[in-house]
Parts: sequence; C-alpha cells; structure tokens
Amino acid sequence: MIEIEKLYKKYKNSDVFALEDFSLTIKQNEIHGLLGPNGAGKTTLMSILSGLIKPTSGNVVIQNLNQKTDLKKIQKIIGIVPQEYALYPTLTARENLEFFGKIYKVPSKELHEKIQLLTEKVGMSKFLDKKIDSFSGGMKRRINLLAGILHQPEILFLDEPTVGVDIQSKIALLDYLQELHQQGMSIVYTSHHMAEAEDFCTQVTIMNQGKSIVTAEPKELIKQVNAYNLEEAFVNLTKLS
Amino acid sequence: MLSQLLACIKKEILLLIRDIGGLVILFIMPLILVITVTKIQKSTYDSFAEASIPVLFIDHDQDSISAIVKKHISHSGNLKIVTELNGKKLTEDELKTEVFKGKYQVGIVIPAKLSKDLNYKINQNVEKILNEFAFDSTQVKYNQQVNPKTIKLYFDPATSLAFKENVSNVLDKLITDTENKSIYKAFQQEMGSNDLGFQNEKFIHFQEIVPEDSKSVLKPNVTQHNVPAWTLFAIFFIVVPLSINIVKEKSLGTHIRLLTSPMPYSVQIIGKTITYLIISLLQFTMILCVAKLVFPLIDLPGFKTDGILFSIYGLTIFASLAAIGLGLLIGAIAKTQEQSAPFGATLVVILAAIGGVWIPVFAMSDFMQHFAKISPMNWALDGYYSLILRNQSFLQIVPNIILLTLFYIITLFAAIYYDKFRRED
Repeated sequence: MIEIEKLYKKYKNSDVFALEDFSLTIKQNEIHGLLGPNGAGKTTLMSILSGLIKPTSGNVVIQNLNQKTDLKKIQKIIGIVPQEYALYPTLTARENLEFFGKIYKVPSKELHEKIQLLTEKVGMSKFLDKKIDSFSGGMKRRINLLAGILHQPEILFLDEPTVGVDIQSKIALLDYLQELHQQGMSIVYTSHHMAEAEDFCTQVTIMNQGKSIVTAEPKELIKQVNAYNLEEAFVNLTKLS
Repeated sequence: MLSQLLACIKKEILLLIRDIGGLVILFIMPLILVITVTKIQKSTYDSFAEASIPVLFIDHDQDSISAIVKKHISHSGNLKIVTELNGKKLTEDELKTEVFKGKYQVGIVIPAKLSKDLNYKINQNVEKILNEFAFDSTQVKYNQQVNPKTIKLYFDPATSLAFKENVSNVLDKLITDTENKSIYKAFQQEMGSNDLGFQNEKFIHFQEIVPEDSKSVLKPNVTQHNVPAWTLFAIFFIVVPLSINIVKEKSLGTHIRLLTSPMPYSVQIIGKTITYLIISLLQFTMILCVAKLVFPLIDLPGFKTDGILFSIYGLTIFASLAAIGLGLLIGAIAKTQEQSAPFGATLVVILAAIGGVWIPVFAMSDFMQHFAKISPMNWALDGYYSLILRNQSFLQIVPNIILLTLFYIITLFAAIYYDKFRRED
C-alpha cells in the first residue's frame, strides 16, 4: 500500500538529514503509528507522503502510484489532518467543510448529506452554523478531522490529532477513527502519547534522528524489548539509538 | 476545476465580509481619503485665491516705482498692504521680527531713491547710446555713478516655495515693466519729443491651450487630478488585506490542506486574483460614484468620465492586477501578520510617493525621476492622466498596460517560486 524506499531529506539550511536512509512498508488497512521524540522526522515524513515537500532522494509509492509521477492522483486518494486546526476561524463549520469538500470535487448534494451525517457522528451537527473561532479545542479537532475525510480517502494521514483536547473529545475522536478503520480506511498517525498509540495502532514505527529504529505491532514490540508498556519500550529504544 | 474555482472565490469573499477591519481599509478609508484630500486641496486653492494675505510694506522710495508696486498689490485681490503696526509706522526690524515669527507671510522693503536712481540710470544709458550715434555728443548730463538697488523680501520660513517664487516673480515682472516704460520715456525725452509713437501695450500675450475632444474642452481641475491618484493609492492598499490573508492561511495550516489537495495551486491563485479584482473594481466604482454624484454637493467639481469610462475601467483592471501581484508576493515572503501588514502599507506609501501620487514626477530630482519609472503606481497614474487629462485613447496607454501586466506576472511567479523554495528550505 505505502512503500517508502531509501528516503533522504536534508533541508537547505541544515547540516543534518531530517530523514536518512528511511525505508518502510505500510500495509493496507493498518493504523500505523509513527512515534518518535521531537526532531525525529515524523512531520517531515508526513509532509513528504502528502506531497507537501519533496525528498532529497528516495522513492515513495502509494497504492501502486509513484509519487514522482502521479502526485495529483495520489492526492485524490489521501486525506490530511494537520496538527494545526487547519480551518478558517471566521467561517462556520459548514462553510469550512463545504469549501474543503468542494476542492476535492465532492458533488454538492452528496457533500451536504455527508456534512450532516459526519457531524452527527462526532456530535457537532448542532454547531454547524457556528463560527470556528467560537469552538473549543476539542470541537475544532473534530471539524479538522472531518475536513480531511469528506472525500472518503483510502489513506488518512493524521498529525497529532488529539493534541490539546479534553478526554471526552479524545475518546470521541479515536472511536470515530476506529470506525473509519473498520470501514476499510488505512490510517498513518503521529503522536507523542504512547498510551494512546498502544491502544489505537495496529502497527508502530519508532523513529529517532530521521531514522527508523523498529517497526512492529505494539504488543510484540513491548515483548521484544522486555518493557512494561509502549512508553517504556519507546524510551529504551530511543535511548539506545 | 470551475467548481473548485467558485469555491475558492466564495471562501475569499466570505473571509473578507467577516473581516470588518479589512472592509474599512478597502472601502471606507479610500472614500475618506479621496474626499478629504480633494477638499483640502480645493480649499487651499480657494483660500489662496479668495483670502486677503497681509503684506508688510515699507516704502523708503515714496516715488513712482513704490506707487506702482503698492497699486499692483492693492489691486491683486488676494494681497493687502500693511504699513503700520499698532498705529505706528512699521520699521524694518519690526517687519523682520513679525515675518520670521510667522505672524505675516511676507514683508517687502522698497529702498530709498529707487525710482529716482533707476530713472537716472536709464537716462544715463539712453544718453550713452544716443551719444554713440552722435546725435549730440557734446552734452553729458548723467555722469554720476549710481549703485544697484535691492528690494528686500522677507518670507516666513514656513511659507511654501511656490508662494515665495510667485511673489518674487510678480515683483520682478512689475519692475521690468516699469523699467521698460522708463526706457521708452527716456528716449522720448532725450530726442526732444513728447510722442515718438512708442506703444507701451503688451505685444506678447499668453494663452493656455488645454486638450480638447470633439464635444468639450477638458479643463483639468482638482477632482480630475485627485480622484485617479488617490483611487490608485486605495487600490494598492489591497496589498495589506491580501498579504494578511495569505499569511493567515500559512499560520492556520489551511495552506497545508490546500497544497496537499488535488486542486491545482493555480486555481487558488486565480481565485484570490478574481476576488481581489472584484474588490478593486467595487472600490473604483464606489469612489467614481462619490466623485461624480457627491462631490458637486459638497462644493467640489464633479468627476467627468464622458467617453472614457470603459477605458478607465480597463486600466483599473490592470492596475489592480499589479496590486494583487504585489500582495501575493508580500504574502508569500512574510512569515507573520506583524511583518506583512506594516511592510505592505509602508511599501504602498513609498510606491505612491515615488510614483507621483503626492508630488508630480516632473517636480522630482533627476535621480528620483528614474525611481518613479519603476513604480507600478506611476505607470497606472500616467495612464489615468493620459485618458482623463490628455485626452488620449486606450491604444495610447497600451505600453502602461503592458508594464502593469508584466509586473503582475513577475510578482506572481516570484510569489509561487518563493513559497515553494521556503517549504523546501
């Protein structure tokens, strides 16, 4: 599904590689967690996978489409949920969702139905005509997520989707993401929350200093390094590397 | 692609409508600006023409020349002779103090024996000339040395250069005319005749010819000068909300969503261009309506657009494109709103200053005139003046339009390239 081969990324004003000899295979219908400390290269990897920036060298193939030649096709089948609340604060939730649906060419009638349905699922239908700047962090996160899935992407990239939200909103978000996963959507996700990743991900890759250290199922990984939980495994692995 | 473009335009319009500060910058401030500046300039001209400016006057001559100067000043209509202060005759020290304190704009001191010495000098010269022709070389009546005379002019240091020049020129002309008449008179006297048939009336007259079209004579007035200049200034101010809009998209993260969507980047740019072009044309229409309909109600000349309406709208489209290109570039370069807003506003003020919005380009130094040529505001302003005041056709301003279009294209590509470069940086 996603084949990352010998990826290197060096920013112009940097002496070190943000990604170095990074290879990874993410299979269909996984919830794949990219875990690592700050500066590990998670956001750079997400930016490359979504086509926002180009790698210095290496190759990315998504659903048999090569990113170098088929970027626009890839962008149609992926959804992005950035770490920021990537919404227009002075527009209502409905206006935001309509705009982001339209840029993916979702037909108007289908889009309106989807907005209604999806906002009901995440408990936001009552607030559709309220402006984003009147929302709490959790409400913004939910609309932020919906803006990335209106066009029913095959693969969803989530960058720290639960940062700054209350526990109720976090549970609601993760439950809904599980539901999407059960419907067949593959999810690539970055997080600092190891406990959240342990429960949520079917597969995790631990990254440090631009390199992939290990890829495994969370439980298997904990067992491999003889740790108590994923957090301990993560600390041990990143310390060693 | 069309549905994506329409969605972008709708989004941009909604963002603008909800931004009250932006709307004030775009629509209210330009109106206030155009009305205020035109009204101030009109009232300045009017007050200069109507008001009676007091002129401190000391007459040590007490003869024909000072009488002529006094008479001319008294009859000028906008200058009034003042020879006494607090009931006492004015002294030169008092005159100097009063003028340099700014209580009076100008003071004139006519030296003693000016008329007498001038006439003596003229007679001396005439006598010399006639002696050269040997009409009568034996009699030399005017053989004394006469020193040159100085009429002292005192100006308030805060007085404008134009006023100073004007007063000096008027006095210079008066003295020259008087001198000429005295020369003729001296010839008549020396040749022993009371009437040699010299005609003292002006032989050369001045007539201002203004551009004409088949229907009417286009007389430049304060409205015809100010409306295009300040409308252009307002149009270029869209640089501020447009660059803020782009910076906000970057800081909010919506930029990431847009760049990672299948929608071509060009659609986003076209969406912004169309929206801000509509805004510019609305601004222009609003100012035009006010200048045509409201100006006459507030004692200002109405703006005339007879036969040039389509041409000035055509030029406005290209001027707006240049402004949009600049806004896109500043938006791409700036990292925060704190950078884009003051930088954009200051840049527009600089472009307006060097572009001739405040001071005509011809009045600038050679060095600054070269700079004026690189200001898109100058290209647009020159185009407006060509259409409105010089009675030229749209075809004649095509070079201006080409420059404005090139400016849009260059700034647009620079913005796209810089944005790409920055992301990879």
